[in-house]
Formats: sequence, C-alpha cells, structure tokens
Amino acid sequence: MATPVLDKAEAEDTASPYITATFRIRRFNPEISDEATWEDFQVEIDPKERVLDALHKIKWELDGSLTFRRSCAHGICGSDAMRINGKNRLACKTLIKDINPEKPITVEAIKGLTVLKDLVVDMEPFFQAYRDVMPFLVTEGNEPTRERLQSPEDRERFDDTTKCILCAACTSSCPVFWNDGQYFGPAAIVNAHRFIFDSRDEAGEQRLEILNDRDGVWRCRTTFNCTDACPRGIEVTKAIQEVKRALITRRF
Amino acid sequence: MKIHKYDTVIVGAGGAGMRAAIEATKRSRTAVLTKLYPTRSHTGAAQGGMAAALANVEEDNWEWHTFDTIKGGDYLVDQDAAEILAKEAIDAVLDLEKMGLPFGRTENGTIDQRRFGGHSRNHGEAPVRRACYSGDRTGHMILQTLYQNCIKEGVEFFNEFYVLDQLIVEVNGVKRSAGVVAYELATGEIHVFQAKAVIYASGGTGKFFKVTSNAHTLTGDGQAACYRRGLPLEDMEFFQFHPTGIWRMGILLTEGARGEGGILRNKDGERFMEKYAPVMKDLASRDVVSRAIYTEIREGRGCGPEGDHVFLDLTHLPPEQLDAKLPDITEFARTYLGIEPYTDPIPIQPTAHYAMGGIPTNVEGEVLSDNTTVVPGLYAAGEVACVSVHGANRLGTNSLLDINVFGRRSGIAAAEYSAKADFVELPENPAELVEEQVERLRNSTGTERVAELRKELQETMDANVMVFRTEQTIKTAVEKIGELRARYKNVSVQDKGKRFNTDLLEAIELGNLLDLAEVMAVSALARKESRGGHYREDFPNRDDVNFMRHTMAYREVTGEGEDAKDSIRLDYKPVVQTRYQPMERKY
Repeated sequence: MATPVLDKAEAEDTASPYITATFRIRRFNPEISDEATWEDFQVEIDPKERVLDALHKIKWELDGSLTFRRSCAHGICGSDAMRINGKNRLACKTLIKDINPEKPITVEAIKGLTVLKDLVVDMEPFFQAYRDVMPFLVTEGNEPTRERLQSPEDRERFDDTTKCILCAACTSSCPVFWNDGQYFGPAAIVNAHRFIFDSRDEAGEQRLEILNDRDGVWRCRTTFNCTDACPRGIEVTKAIQEVKRALITRRF
Repeated sequence: MKIHKYDTVIVGAGGAGMRAAIEATKRSRTAVLTKLYPTRSHTGAAQGGMAAALANVEEDNWEWHTFDTIKGGDYLVDQDAAEILAKEAIDAVLDLEKMGLPFGRTENGTIDQRRFGGHSRNHGEAPVRRACYSGDRTGHMILQTLYQNCIKEGVEFFNEFYVLDQLIVEVNGVKRSAGVVAYELATGEIHVFQAKAVIYASGGTGKFFKVTSNAHTLTGDGQAACYRRGLPLEDMEFFQFHPTGIWRMGILLTEGARGEGGILRNKDGERFMEKYAPVMKDLASRDVVSRAIYTEIREGRGCGPEGDHVFLDLTHLPPEQLDAKLPDITEFARTYLGIEPYTDPIPIQPTAHYAMGGIPTNVEGEVLSDNTTVVPGLYAAGEVACVSVHGANRLGTNSLLDINVFGRRSGIAAAEYSAKADFVELPENPAELVEEQVERLRNSTGTERVAELRKELQETMDANVMVFRTEQTIKTAVEKIGELRARYKNVSVQDKGKRFNTDLLEAIELGNLLDLAEVMAVSALARKESRGGHYREDFPNRDDVNFMRHTMAYREVTGEGEDAKDSIRLDYKPVVQTRYQPMERKY
C-alpha cells in the first residue's frame, strides 16, 4: 500500500508484451467442403505486430493449410487486402493493437470477387476492369529525343492516383460492385484518372467514353467506402467525381 | 502435365522481367511465368531513384557514373559492363518517361534529380544529383509503368506459376536450354514450357536473413533452379546490407532520405558519419555506412535501452519537403513505429537488402556455364543475375537502372536468338524432378517443420554472415546450414491438397534458400579479404593480389540415388578491367 506507484511501474517493466488474441477466420476449401465456415485460432502475440504476423503465426505453428496471399509485408505490393473486423484493409498495414484485440478479430476474404480458398479470391475480373480503361500513356506524333516536358504543377495534378497498388481494397468495398460485378469499380476509375489528368496523354476522350458506359462512373453512388478502404490514402471518391465532372464539361 | 511451346519464356515479372517482355513480345512469341501477380513484384518496393547522368540540374556525365559504379563495387565490377550500364542509363530513363513514368520535375519541366550514396561529381569531389525519382516510390512507378506497357503490347502472363526446374540438354557436347518446368498454384498442375530462349528475371534471395527489406517471396528460386542443374553462381558472398532499415523490422527507408539532407546520429546525437567518410559523410556507399553504424553500436554508442540501433534524423527538414519528397517512408515510421518524423528521429539498423551475386552472364544477358562458355538460349537479368555491374557492393539507384538496361538487352538478345534457333528436344520425362519433389513433400510424414527450419536459418545468417564476418562465424554458419539441410529431408507439410497449396510452396522455397545460403557461406569462407559488402574482421584489408577475381561456385554430385552427396566446388574468374586501376576506396 505504501508504494503502489512503484509496484505498478515494476509490474509494467516485467510484464510480457504478449497478449492472447482470438482470430476468427472465414475458411473455405472446396477440396474439402462446399461450405465456408468460421474457425477460431488463439494466438500469443505482441499487439504491436501486424495482422499478417498473426496469420503467419497461425499458418506456421497451428494450421499450415491456412491460405492467403502476401509478399512485401509493408503495404506496397497490394497482395494481402482482406476484410478485417468488417473493414477492408491490408493485413500487413494493420497493427493488432489498433483493432481491439480484446474481442475476437474477424478475418475474411474481400467481397465481390469469387473466393477460391480461404482468403484468396479470383483477381481476374478486377484486373480485366483495369485493362479495359487503357491504363497506359497514349501519345501522338513524333517522339521527342529527350523527355517530354511537364511542369511540376501538371505533374502534381495526377500525383494522388499514381499511388494505387491495385490491391482491390477499394473496389471490393463498394456496394455497387458487390451487387453488380459488371461495374468497373473504383480502382479502374482511379487508374483512368491517372492518365486522363496527365498533361502528356492524348487519349483522355477515349477513356472518358469507356467510363461513360452503362457500367462506368455513373454507377458510383458516392458512399466513400472506397476512400475509407484505400491503404494508400488516395482520395478515391474525389478522383471519381473529377472524372464525372470531366465527362460533363469535357475539360481535363 | 501440360506442355506449352513458346519462342521465349521469361521467368519473373518484376522490373527486369517486364522490361525484357516488352522487347521480346515485339519480336517473338513470348510467355511470362511469374509466381506473383506482376504488380506484386519487389521492384515496387524500391524507393529512392534510378541513376542516369542526364545532367538536368548540374554538370554530370556517364563517365563519372561509370567510375562511381566501379569504385562503389570496390573494383570487383567488370568495367566493360559498368560502362554499358552508365552509358545506356540515359536512354533507359528517357524510355521510361516516354512509356509514361511520372518522374519528379524541375521548374523547367525536365526530369528532376537528387543526390544518392556514392554518386559523385568528377571522381569523388562531392555528391552529385544523378538519381531520377518519383517521390519515394520510384520502384512502384517503374513497376506500374512497365506493367502498363506490357498490357499495351499484349504480353502474355501466366500468373502464380512457380518455375521449379530449368531443363538443360547436352546437344553435341554443348549444354543448351530446352525450357522450364512450372507449378501452377491455383491447381497444383505441373506445366512444361518448351522454349527456344529462357530469361531468368526472378529476383533476389534476401529471405535467408531475418532482418531484411526483402519480400517473403524473395527466395532465390531462379538461382536455385540453375545451380541444381550444374550452372555456376557468381560472387554469392557479396550481399548488401542497406544502412537504414526500420529497427528490428528491416523495412527499407530510402537512402534518398539522406539525399534530401537526413543525418545519422548515435546516442550522443553525434553525426558519426563525419568520422568515417569526411567528404561524402552520410552519403558514403552503403557498405561503408552499414559498417559505421555497427561500429558505433559495438563501441557502445548505439541508441535505446539495448543500444542496438542508431537514429535517422529528419527533424531539421521542413515538413513540406518530407511530404513532397519522402511521403511513403515517413508514413512507414508512423504506421509501424508510431513515430512522427517531423519531430522525432527514426530508429534504424542495417537490413539485408540486395544480392550482388547471382547467375553469371555476359553483357548481352547470356548465361555462362563456366568462365567463358555461353549456354545457348539461356539468359538472366536483374538481381538474379551477376553481369557483374555491382561488383562487391552496389550503389543505390543502380539496381532500378540494372533491371532496365539489362532487362531490355536480354529481352532483345533472347528474342533475336529464338528467331533463328530451333527448339531443343525435351528430355524424356521433363517434369520428373519436379513431380518427384512435389510428391515427396506432399506425402512426407517427417517431423520437421518448414517455419522452424527457416527461422533457424535466418537466425544463423543474421548472427554469422552479416555485416561483420570471421572465419569462425562463417564456419558456424556452414555447419548449421549443413545440419538444416539434413533436417530438411525430413520436412513435411500439413496441407496435402492441390489447390493454392502455399504450404507446399513455402517448403520448396525453403529448400532453395538452404542451398543458396550454403553457397553464400562457403564462398564467403574462402574469400580471405575484405571488399565491399564482404567484410572479414580476420582479414580487414582488400587483397588485390589474391582476390581480385570473381568467385564461381558449382554444385558437384557424387554417388547416385539414395547415396548421392552434393558439395560445392569453388573456382574463380578474372575481373574485366579497362581504364580504371584499383585505388584505395575513400568517401
């Protein structure tokens, strides 16, 4: 009683940084069953570690069949987008302490794309939509011998949308995409934006026509899910709005 | 088993693979096999820049760049190759710009350039602004731009196909490439790709270290496939430790941070690099800076309760500059360390970053089966290869350059070769080795676990063959790796399925890492000198009399079947010297 503060400090010094967290993972393996099920895993882990670290701990120590994609483990390769506690995030950019490890942490595959096994989805429709918006610089006339010139201001105009890592966190958080897989989805529009607003590009009109399609930008209902989901902090909804405005004014 | 036929097959879809694919697809029927989706490749993690003497912001020329590359590589660089690298750098950058890469710009609208470690004006007088960049995500923009141009050119990708074997057939006494064998992740099916030309562009091997900037997937699959088929690996003892990895995690914080004015400080706040490199200071070459950091730590001037790191200090730089030039790495510090770089220094330690060694090639990207003989139809480019443009230590920004220059060269050379060559007949049962390997692992009831062996491997590599090495530490590593390789025979996987069996593939990747770690350690043991990234405390000086030569490591097999034993035979290859005589290296 005399030195409660000191006692507390001592207790903290010797306390293990580890906690026991429950990961509730949506499992699916059509080689075993057509039904997806939830499975709980208890993991001893430092809460300052990433959700990806916990998934690895499960795979490496408890159940080798747990399947997910990952590569760089620090948020630049875009492999490990998943739904964590109901929100789309990169597992390698989400620290356990930030998602309330007191309660079971749910982890499931991103929505709107066919689940192939556990947290792995079929990315092909996502990349098809990306390819459909002509995601490459189109120029006319003779090429200069040196670089094309571009002012820092013109370069800055599309900087935000160059950050996209094609992780599909935005597209698979979009209610319109969930209901209708034909919608291009935010990521494809973001990548169209990156070229439409690049002063060097000369195919803006063509891309706008593609996005003027029935399944194009007009399907966006401005719910901001995509902006919330983007692990790169891209203002996705704003980019979509700018494309809509360019379609009306034909100025970009 | 499925059999496919292509003129040119490219293994890997990072920067080198996709740069090669853009050229090869224009000239030949080409397939790109990649174990990841192309945009997941680790080229995307490169941050700071790509070197080219554009002279957009100050006087510069490619000869100075050549010299810096050779000096940076501690004179183990093949000088003819370095000259090509520096000379073709200018067009490589301009080509990327024309493909759409959004480089940072000067007020005049030209490509902006920044300082980087080891790049100097007039042979070492002062730092020079040579690195072309796009914020601190230059690699990301290169990867995206190349992928975009692959889409434009209609490049054919086989995503999530793991190449596990290189088919070599002897025709009239000449070793030739017949194709590759791949494992399809989605289905577990094995595919044989018969090809006139094969280009390896499958990246590095960094995952045999624990603290590394490398992705989980960088497991040296290409090097291992070629090595197991009797091809040599060159200079594997030379591995780069990047000075500024996030403490304990190893996540890369670009050298561009120091290029923008960031300073390394010890626990006393001292700018210690002034002692080690009076001219270039914090921008000395990476091997020099990493050794300086560990010297500070060993001499008790490290930071934190355990004195096991130093600080990267950016607090004196204006927040606007950090936001504009270093947005990603400052966000890494916030996300992973909870540190605000505007106001607090970032704890860092050297992190295993880049393999200077690899599959030996000439300047056309053709793979060598000994010091001089080319394997017709086999090419390599990028980190998997050793040209050698990086020698004993690579300069920052020269790898994004390497993948573009030699990716392009090998793409053109391979496609031109396949236009005139015939297919080499496949061996009987071409998939035999892979089928046997996969089945053995899937059916094994062994008690060893992949994750445990990998952890022990990474721990021994970090402890024994990192920045400082001695005969004793390397021998400890060699012994441990030998033990792990023996235990690996008793490894099993839990997932017995065919669909997306990443458990199985991690086991195969571990086998690759173990083989390559052994080559690295054995090569390091024999090099009784210190040069670039290879520092021997028991031989602290460079020894040009005995060791101005490349290491060539070969796998030798004696006995057959169950009794087969493999060992490593070391040979050496001369260094190509043109106009630069070796000098003492000072920064």
